[in-house]
Amino acid sequence: MHKVIFPELGEGIEKAKIACWHIAVGDRVAKDDDLVELVTDKATFNVPAEVPGIVQEICAHEGQEVGLGQVLAVLKPSIG
Amino acid sequence: MVKDLGLIRYAQAYEFQKKCVQDLLQGGPQVLILCEHPPVLTLGRMAKRSNILVSHEELAKYSVGIHAIDRGGDITLHAPGQAVMYPIFNLSHMGKDLRRYLRHLEQVAIDLLKGFGIVANRIPGYTGVWIEKKKIASVGIGVRRWVSFHGLSINVNTDLELFSMIRPCGLNVQMTSIQEIKGRRIDMAEVKQKIIRCFKENFLLDLLSGE
Repeated sequence: MHKVIFPELGEGIEKAKIACWHIAVGDRVAKDDDLVELVTDKATFNVPAEVPGIVQEICAHEGQEVGLGQVLAVLKPSIG
Repeated sequence: MVKDLGLIRYAQAYEFQKKCVQDLLQGGPQVLILCEHPPVLTLGRMAKRSNILVSHEELAKYSVGIHAIDRGGDITLHAPGQAVMYPIFNLSHMGKDLRRYLRHLEQVAIDLLKGFGIVANRIPGYTGVWIEKKKIASVGIGVRRWVSFHGLSINVNTDLELFSMIRPCGLNVQMTSIQEIKGRRIDMAEVKQKIIRCFKENFLLDLLSGE
């Protein structure tokens, strides 16, 4: 399983809100597809898929505050 | 490269930004888009509708459009006479730091104003660029695979009355413009040349003039 983690967005940014999900459980995603849009006070940031796979789990809801290092979703990597 | 779109509808410029982002992700150039918009309100992801202070009928009467968009921040207004900058830059080459990038955008505005003999500053705890307690420039960005879009706007000759329709950035602030401070209308072509120079200096970019 591949965990999609809240990435480092720069100095002093340890929290953000989930603005919207671009995916749902069961969706097939390609590498670099946008998965989720995070929003800080003045920036949005789209977290991309690091591997191709199928979305197994979404771990935070829209509007929820999430923190650096938190698991946002789980992908089942596809092979080939 | 620099793309000057002139006066262009918000939705059209937004589509162009998205195209430039896609191009850059596929190996294309970094682009600094310069433009002005007909009167329009844009609502960032943190926007509250209550920061629109007039009715939809009134907005329609003055042909002011509204767009809910994928940038950070609250509500802002664009109108002719405001210089809008959408840098489509690869932030992977700039330390992958959203706050640092936002500070660089603010520095562009501060340096630009300095070129007009105006001392502008940041206010701790707030974003944007200020002249004493009045705001002159606003920032708000989106990032996709570390490529930036949206950006910075600065009031040059903007009709400041228009800002009475909103609570800019969700704040009870007065806006100002270069025109208001200098007491004369400012040549937008001169502003754009200075903007390009400020971007080159702050981002160490070789921004060649585009068509």
